[in-house]
Amino acid sequence: MQPDTHHEGSLAVTVLVSVGRHPLTGRGRRADQDARGVELARTLRGAEVELLHAGRLDEGSEAALRGYLGMGFDALSLLEQPAGADVLPALAEALEAAGPQLVVAGERAEQGEGSGLLPYLLAERLGWPLVSGLAAVEDVEHGVATLLQALPRGQRRRLRVRLPAIVTVDAAAPAPRQSAYGPARRGRLDVQAAPVMDDVDLAQWPAQPARKRPKRLKIVKAASARDRFKAAAAKAEGGGGQVLSDVTPEEGAEAIFKLLKEEGVLR
Amino acid sequence: MLDTLLPILIAAALALAVIGAGRRVRLWRQGRPARVPLLKGLAAMPRRYLVDLHHVVARDKVMSNTHVATAGGFVAAAALMILVHGLGLAEGVLGWLLLAASATMFVGSCCVARRRRNPPSRLSRGPWMRLPKSLMAFSLGVFAVTLPSVGLLPEDFGSWLLALALAAVVTWGLAEMVFGMTWGGPMKHAFAGALHLAFHRRAERFSTKKGGSGRSTGLKALDLDDPEAPLGVENPADFTWNQLLGFDACVQCGRCEAMCPAFAAGQPLNPKKLIQDMVVGMAGGSDAAYAGSPYPGKPVGEHQGSTHGPIVAREGKALVDAETLWSCTTCRACVEECPMMIEHVDAIVDMRRFLTLEHGNTPNKGAEVLDNLIATDNPGGFDPGARMHWATDLELPLMADRQQVDVLLWLGDGAYDMRNQRTLRSLVKVLRAAGVDFAVLGNEERDSGDVARRLGDEATFQSLAKRNIATLAQYRFQQIVTCDPHSFHVLGNEYGELGGHYRVYHHTTFIAELYEAGRLTFRPWKSGSVTYHDPCYLGRYNGEYEAPRNVLRALGIQVTEMERSGFRSRCCGGGGGAPITDIPGKQRIPDMRMNDVRETGAELVAVGCPQCTAMLEGVVDSTAEVRDIAELVADALVEAPSGPAGRGEEQMRTVRPLAEEVA
Repeated sequence: MQPDTHHEGSLAVTVLVSVGRHPLTGRGRRADQDARGVELARTLRGAEVELLHAGRLDEGSEAALRGYLGMGFDALSLLEQPAGADVLPALAEALEAAGPQLVVAGERAEQGEGSGLLPYLLAERLGWPLVSGLAAVEDVEHGVATLLQALPRGQRRRLRVRLPAIVTVDAAAPAPRQSAYGPARRGRLDVQAAPVMDDVDLAQWPAQPARKRPKRLKIVKAASARDRFKAAAAKAEGGGGQVLSDVTPEEGAEAIFKLLKEEGVLR
Repeated sequence: MLDTLLPILIAAALALAVIGAGRRVRLWRQGRPARVPLLKGLAAMPRRYLVDLHHVVARDKVMSNTHVATAGGFVAAAALMILVHGLGLAEGVLGWLLLAASATMFVGSCCVARRRRNPPSRLSRGPWMRLPKSLMAFSLGVFAVTLPSVGLLPEDFGSWLLALALAAVVTWGLAEMVFGMTWGGPMKHAFAGALHLAFHRRAERFSTKKGGSGRSTGLKALDLDDPEAPLGVENPADFTWNQLLGFDACVQCGRCEAMCPAFAAGQPLNPKKLIQDMVVGMAGGSDAAYAGSPYPGKPVGEHQGSTHGPIVAREGKALVDAETLWSCTTCRACVEECPMMIEHVDAIVDMRRFLTLEHGNTPNKGAEVLDNLIATDNPGGFDPGARMHWATDLELPLMADRQQVDVLLWLGDGAYDMRNQRTLRSLVKVLRAAGVDFAVLGNEERDSGDVARRLGDEATFQSLAKRNIATLAQYRFQQIVTCDPHSFHVLGNEYGELGGHYRVYHHTTFIAELYEAGRLTFRPWKSGSVTYHDPCYLGRYNGEYEAPRNVLRALGIQVTEMERSGFRSRCCGGGGGAPITDIPGKQRIPDMRMNDVRETGAELVAVGCPQCTAMLEGVVDSTAEVRDIAELVADALVEAPSGPAGRGEEQMRTVRPLAEEVA
């Protein structure tokens, strides 16, 4: 790590944070990737980190946003936007006004459109370079950042990029620190005026819930925790089942009946 | 000459003691305010000392007799000495009484000296090693100077040299016993201890003349509505003043250390050292003067703190390392053993609260578990809608359908655990066999908040608790029955402060009552020998030692007790979030407990807690099988010829046609 004296002043970093959604319960929370982005920014030396959110402020989203404040922030800037608004102009204007060197965002939102396109549209509009799938920011010196990009199968690629730039993080970035209740409760949500523009395209799209796909059940029969551990640690292998071919319907039914009895479904 | 010297000496010692007391009180008052009835507490103090404290001390007969002789002798001798030598009232019986008192004290101090000749490692050394000599100096000195007063020796016996020597001995004794009492010597425990008993933060834990429960184990809630109220304890001064006073009462007897499972496992915790560190922090300074066993693996002298400085540093070292606080399993063995009634667990959780709520620094899996509790209401992060999957075939009645039942069966998060599901199935079988009118909350149930609270996340605990209380308020039931002692404790002892008052039974207590009422019949036990492991949250937290044993007896099982059982039961290592924070030690706590089981030669260890089951069953190559009492009961059930059996057949009939349809 280079000492801070190499930087001309401190490094202004803005992290774009969104309201996440827990995959099982659908409750609002810190979005996992955005929280990783905050963590990445927090561990940057000499960085002055700002949090920026564009969206609605209500009871559900406030708790989620306070989750980011709990990572050790005094304030979060909030550009209030109604549901169905296109947040791009508001974010672009705010970033142009604040002029950060580095903008960090998660790869995609956990709810809403979740297309993962926002960082690209933002980069296009601001005319900044964008690097996706970041694992680490290794160094920032004289307006040039050395980045480590995560590639599939654990590979890493080192990139140098001139700032200002937008970087996005996914699950390869370091896990976020715990959100503490005290700072989360004390932190301020600074509401700032921002232009509101309706997302005309979105209004025309029909939306429907994703269909659930059937999954094969993994059945572990074990009498003790030790056996269960063995079963969980064992490599998946077939051979447990029985292939019946060229049997009469009666024989097939008999086999199924026997299996159901064994499994304890029928008694 | 002594006649003129003694009153001066006594007056000087008393004056210095008063000044010392003032300084000590000022140290305690650095703590946060706490409302305690002062006069009522002082009035209750003698009883708390003579009954409750002595009850704990008397577990060690030799020590208790030693203390009675020494302390009783001292109090009497000191009072009489002021009258006889201070005010010169030697005539009549007073002088003789003083002789008797100092002689008794001398006998006591000889026993103290014998104890100190080869002290066990749990006792602190340092200044404590000189205490028997000081006690002897005081008792012998007072005895000797009183002999002429009662006329046993002539007034001018011996030379002025002898008189001077005697005066020196008495001065030494007075310095240790009177002046040392308030200036921080070993005798400090008498002064601080007496006031600690009077102003104890858990007045309910003492017995009263009317009986009283004598138990107070629920943690006290944080005020989260007041944004100014501190979230836990950061500095020694963040403790309430009576907590600081309590720390100062410690006699460093090390009974807590001897009982602490984390200390025995070589984890960096020693309850005695922790309390001493709090005393160091209260006055400011380093722990270098501490003369007892250190935290395992942490040399003494490297830590220091101050009244308004942090106890745990964010980085580097302060007074205590975070892993010391996270090693605790909250088993309360230290509190149960402490003759000074110090509340170690309260202090540890207070400090944990700050680490979690302000630092956001719950170690290892802590943060993940807390996030899961916030997002899914269970520590494993499972789908709340899958809570009842284990019981799809049991067709358990839901409170939402029944609205009003006799027994609400609280399942706990064990509903997601395959091992505990077997216990739950057994319990359901038993309840049905006894014809109990019960129902479950089903997916409306949430984690009780036990783990969140012990990990210091009071906010998540209160959120879970308030929602659970709101859910429970919709339904009518006579009592809650649960197979999880942690839920039992939280529902029964900790929801009250948040507005939820329930009659809660542990399943063993409930089964014992069903058996007594003749609603269960058991086949006689035919398998091998059995021992029973008392869960901390059932035993020490709730005083239920008998019901599980009664159930086992009803099954025809003769329990082979482990050396540490009942109120001295050793923790399984599963409480207080300890398996989640997982602080490394030299050995594992459950391994030690299974060794205890092995020593009894039992082939089966009966338990009554999902945590204990998981911890003990996780021991590799153990010699004994681990079974919940509910399982043993379910296996031994005999369908009674009338009543409940008819009910059972009815259910069979409803199930059978369904099975035929599928076939």
